[in-house]
This record gives sequence, structure tokens and C-alpha cells, in this order.
Amino acid sequence: MSVAELRRVSKRYGEVEALRGIDLSLERGELLALLGPNGAGKTTAVRILLGLAAPTAGEAALFGHHPASQEAKMRRGALLQVAKVPETLKVREHVELFSSYYRNPLPIAETIAAAGLGGIENRLFGDLSGGQKQRVLFALAICGNPDLLFLDEPTVGLDVESRRTLWGHIRGFVKRGGSVLLTTHYLEEADALAHRVAVIDRGRIAAEGTPAEIKAQTGTSVLEDAFLAIMQENAEVMR
Amino acid sequence: MSGVYWMEAKMELRKMARLRQYSLSVVGFPLMFYVFFGLAMASQMTPGPISISKYLLATYGAFSVMGATLYAFGAGVAVERGLGWLEVKRASPMPAGAYLLAKMVVSVVFGALVVSLLFALGAIFGGVRMPAGQWLLLWVVLVSGAIPFGAIGLAIGSFAGPNSAPGTVNMIYLPLAFLGGLWMPIEVLPKMLRQIAPWLPSYHFGQIGLAILGAPTEGAIATHVEALVGFGLIFAGVAWMAQSREHVKMYG
Repeated sequence: MSVAELRRVSKRYGEVEALRGIDLSLERGELLALLGPNGAGKTTAVRILLGLAAPTAGEAALFGHHPASQEAKMRRGALLQVAKVPETLKVREHVELFSSYYRNPLPIAETIAAAGLGGIENRLFGDLSGGQKQRVLFALAICGNPDLLFLDEPTVGLDVESRRTLWGHIRGFVKRGGSVLLTTHYLEEADALAHRVAVIDRGRIAAEGTPAEIKAQTGTSVLEDAFLAIMQENAEVMR
Repeated sequence: MSGVYWMEAKMELRKMARLRQYSLSVVGFPLMFYVFFGLAMASQMTPGPISISKYLLATYGAFSVMGATLYAFGAGVAVERGLGWLEVKRASPMPAGAYLLAKMVVSVVFGALVVSLLFALGAIFGGVRMPAGQWLLLWVVLVSGAIPFGAIGLAIGSFAGPNSAPGTVNMIYLPLAFLGGLWMPIEVLPKMLRQIAPWLPSYHFGQIGLAILGAPTEGAIATHVEALVGFGLIFAGVAWMAQSREHVKMYG
């Protein structure tokens, strides 16, 4: 049984069709990267799987439950794009609070270690660097010991070192048996982390497969070139 | 599960106490006003049936609780809703009630703190004397004002933009206080402004406190209580409608 599933999901915002009948499924222990240009529908797909948006048509399920149900929420964690996080709480306090929402959270010390926050747990959130802030959001996503993690552009705006550090923590989560749905603009990131890649363009899945398969399909050696080839091909089909 | 509610309230209190623009202004302004007008200038005021130091305990007390509550709910919810934090919480298993309860706890704790400090200033430096029961009744009534004003704040927070929210709250809070007779006795205001007062929750809140002190008030105390309850229910309804409108967008 798949961990997360979209079945023929469409989403319309007024005139705009963000998703046009998408099928997507994530298997246990898998890291699936959702790629696509801005406005392609990546974030909409994630929002539907989190129960933050309702599909206009089709169905979404997590572990066979409604995405907004408490059963689904208890088994997942999410790192979302957020413009402002409360700055006057300490790192440890943020983690303690989110841990209290879950039935079987990780011990606080374990979460702190798994997100690389050792040594800064008593700092106020507002005093942290960009990379440290993203690691706190990662900690809040994993603190409930979830089976499934949503990461919506987790490394946007980070320097190379911070990005690589966060990659390490994401790999750690997958190694412990977790499943991940990752959306990213960085194709190198998808290439480094993903077992499988799905490219969304204009609300449809334009290509799907392992990074190696995608590259082979388009006869390229770098995922970024493959991505551009798919976009171009798709634009011709649409025309 | 009750642990979640307690934890949410505890963290919200720490967060707001450390947020200087909240804790300092919510506590500082009413106390400063009281020191200026209730203590320093008390001898310049025409003595009414009760001393100005006593009179202002009711109205500045009401002003304090309104401030603590409108900022905690109005500005707090608008910022967290508008800048994505509420969405992170909604994606988590946090019970929705814990979020609102925590904001109410902050309002009550800060409201109670300022009212207690005002009372101490009045008793020590303003020579205010009254039976213990009267002190207690006034304290309880003032602090309970957090409930209707929490609903009003929540309605503001459901509509205000995140960046303009503190300004929006000021634009509502300060005129409410002035026109409701919380800064200076309502009798001093021009007749035209006085006619607006009965339409304002702040006016009814102030009148209840004054009635407890035995100051001259307009109308029956029960009417003011009913009016305040009515305002609370109306704005709770407005907030609920705004929330379910957002909910329809979310879950359809």
C-alpha cells in the first residue's frame, strides 16, 4: 500500500487550473522528488496532500486516511515555506511544543541531534542564521517520529554548506525507514537525494522515473539538461 | 491530551513576554497614564463623588485589559495567519482549540498583571480605599473583559493584513478607548461624541467598572453586561464565519 496517494486530482483556483488530473503515489521508504518550474503545481499538490487545500476533483489519501484527519497528521511531518516563524522562542522550546502534539514523539535530545541543532538549542529562533533556521523547521517536521515527511523547497536560500548539512539529515531520516516527498528547484538536489523523480508541468506529470531513467530518456548526463529537454518537449506537445 | 493545551499556553506566554513591543507597551502605557493622570494630576481635577485616582482604576483597568487582549489576538493571529506560521501549525496535529486557548491565557495573564499593578499604585500612592470584596469584584470583572475583547481581537486578526495588523489594532483600540470614556470621563466629551458611546463595547466595559466603584453611570448595569456579551457573541460569529470561509477554501 502506498504511503501517500493522489488519484486523478484536479485543482482549479478560479480561472487557473493548477492541477489537471494528476496521479501520484509514494511508496514506503522512498524519497520522491517533485520537480517543475514555478507555478507548475508542485506546491498545490503538497498542499492537497497535507489537507491544506481541497482538490476540485479526485482523491487524496495518506496511509489510507483523509489528509486533514488526525490519523494522517500524527504519522507525517512537514517543512513548509514560511515567511515568519515566532522569533522569541528558543530552539528547544519550539521542539518541545511541536513534540507535545504527537502521541509518540522522539526524545527531545534525539530530535536536536538528528537536525544538527546541538549547541544552539538555547538560542532564540530570531538569533539564528538562515541554515540554522531551516534545520529548526526540519526538527519540527521530524520531532513526532513520523513515517512520512513533506519537504517543500527545504534548502531554498541556503549556502552550499548548509544545504549539504541538511541533505545529510534528510538521508538520515530515509535511512531510518522514513518516506519523503520533496519539492525542489535544485535539480542537483533531486539527483543527489531522490529514488524517483516526477516532473510536473502545467498541472500534469510530464515525466516520471528514477533520475537515471529520466536522464536516459532524454539522452543527457545531467538531470538539469534532462529537465530542460522535458520542458521543451512538453511545450511543443502543448502547442 | 490536556498536556498539549498546557504546553501551548506556556510557550505562548514565554513568546509574548519576550516580545518587548507587546509586553512593554501593554504593561507600560496604562501604568504611565495612571501615574500622570490618576496620581500626579489628581489634585488638579475637580473632585466628583469619588476621587479621580479611584475613578481611573476602573477605566484604565478596562483600557489595560482591552490592550492586552486586542494585541494578543488581533495582531498575533493576523501575523501568524498572514505569514505562513498558522499553516505550519495546521499541518501539524495541534488541536485548533489549543491555539485559541493559549492566546486567551496570554490576554488574561497580562490583563491581570496590569490591573493588579494599577490597583497597587492606586492603593499605595493614590490613597484609594474600599472593602476587600469591592476590590476583588472590580478585579474579576476587569480581567473577564478578556473574553468579549478576545472575540473582537480574533475578528480583527481574521481580516487584518499581517504587516499592517499592529497599526490596524491601534486604529481600533485607541478610538475605542477615547470614545468609550476610558481616557477621560464620558461626561467631559462633546454631546455628539457621547451619542456614539453606546455603540462601543469599550463604553459598556468602562461603565460596569464604574458602577462597581459607585461612580455615577448611565443606565442599568445589567444593560451594560448584556451589551458586552452581545458584542462578544457577534464578533465571535464574525471570526467563525471568516474561519469557515477559509476552511471552505482549504477543504472545500
